[in-house]
Amino acid sequence: MKTLLALLLLAASPVLADSNLPPAQWANRQLPNERQEAQANALMQEIRCLVCQGQSVADSDAELAGDMRHLIRSRIAAGEKPAAIRQWLVDRYGSWISFKPPASPIGWPLWAAPLLLLVAGLILIRGRFRTFRP
Amino acid sequence: MSRSSRFLPLLILVGMLAALAWRLANPGDTVIRSRLEGQPVPAFTLPAALPGKPPLSSKDLAAGEPHLLNIFASWCVPCIAEAPVLAELRRRRVRIDAIAIRDRPEEVAEFLARNGDPYDRIGSDETSRVQLALGSSGVPESFVIDGRGIIRYQHVGPIEADQVPAILAEVERAK
Repeated sequence: MKTLLALLLLAASPVLADSNLPPAQWANRQLPNERQEAQANALMQEIRCLVCQGQSVADSDAELAGDMRHLIRSRIAAGEKPAAIRQWLVDRYGSWISFKPPASPIGWPLWAAPLLLLVAGLILIRGRFRTFRP
Repeated sequence: MSRSSRFLPLLILVGMLAALAWRLANPGDTVIRSRLEGQPVPAFTLPAALPGKPPLSSKDLAAGEPHLLNIFASWCVPCIAEAPVLAELRRRRVRIDAIAIRDRPEEVAEFLARNGDPYDRIGSDETSRVQLALGSSGVPESFVIDGRGIIRYQHVGPIEADQVPAILAEVERAK
């Protein structure tokens, strides 16, 4: 019975998944300095939300995304470089946290795939033309 | 084109469809793990989450004994299910400290009154800043931290009753 109750509570988590605190100071407020806000916004577009993993923190309504926007804006306001904040996040969550992963050897097959498919297509067509030659 | 290779494109198509169907049925792991395992706890100082309870700083986690650092919140429902398991770990002499995420003192007090209080110290993290510094991505999560303040193990999600031996083993290993 206890286990069942615990399971039911687990299943119920999405309903009550938000706190009662208001959003952090810089979650939904732009920085007064235009250039800093532009820098922060560029980084927020690039950083993945930890809750809704297909969205950037700029797009997500999750509370944690708000806290991440607050973190990014307050650090940029304090004079930190976007690249340093990005690296700080990558150190904690891996390059997965960024929508712009570094070009690493593991990604090369992906970049090469269109070229390889094109070559394969040409070979196929060539085979076809040969077949129909009288 | 020979008779047998004529079906090659069809085979490739079937293969691709099978791969897609397999990935749809097994969507893969969406658990986000911290990369800080094996590294020191980032330096932080948090105010007490409620009056009468000591606050928490990274120094308290490097005081010679292993700690279980529990990330929880009064508004987190799985944390209620985890509470009796933490009480059990406490009975087994595990030192448990906590960080309350986006919480108010009166709500933490109510949560502890209702579900028990296994914690020595509770820090209040109103903007999830220390949670992010730890590489944690939700509540509840727990970190086993050794006496020198090095993160040894991360547990994502509520610790369940049958996972107590595993957690105890991690705490033992951190000694």
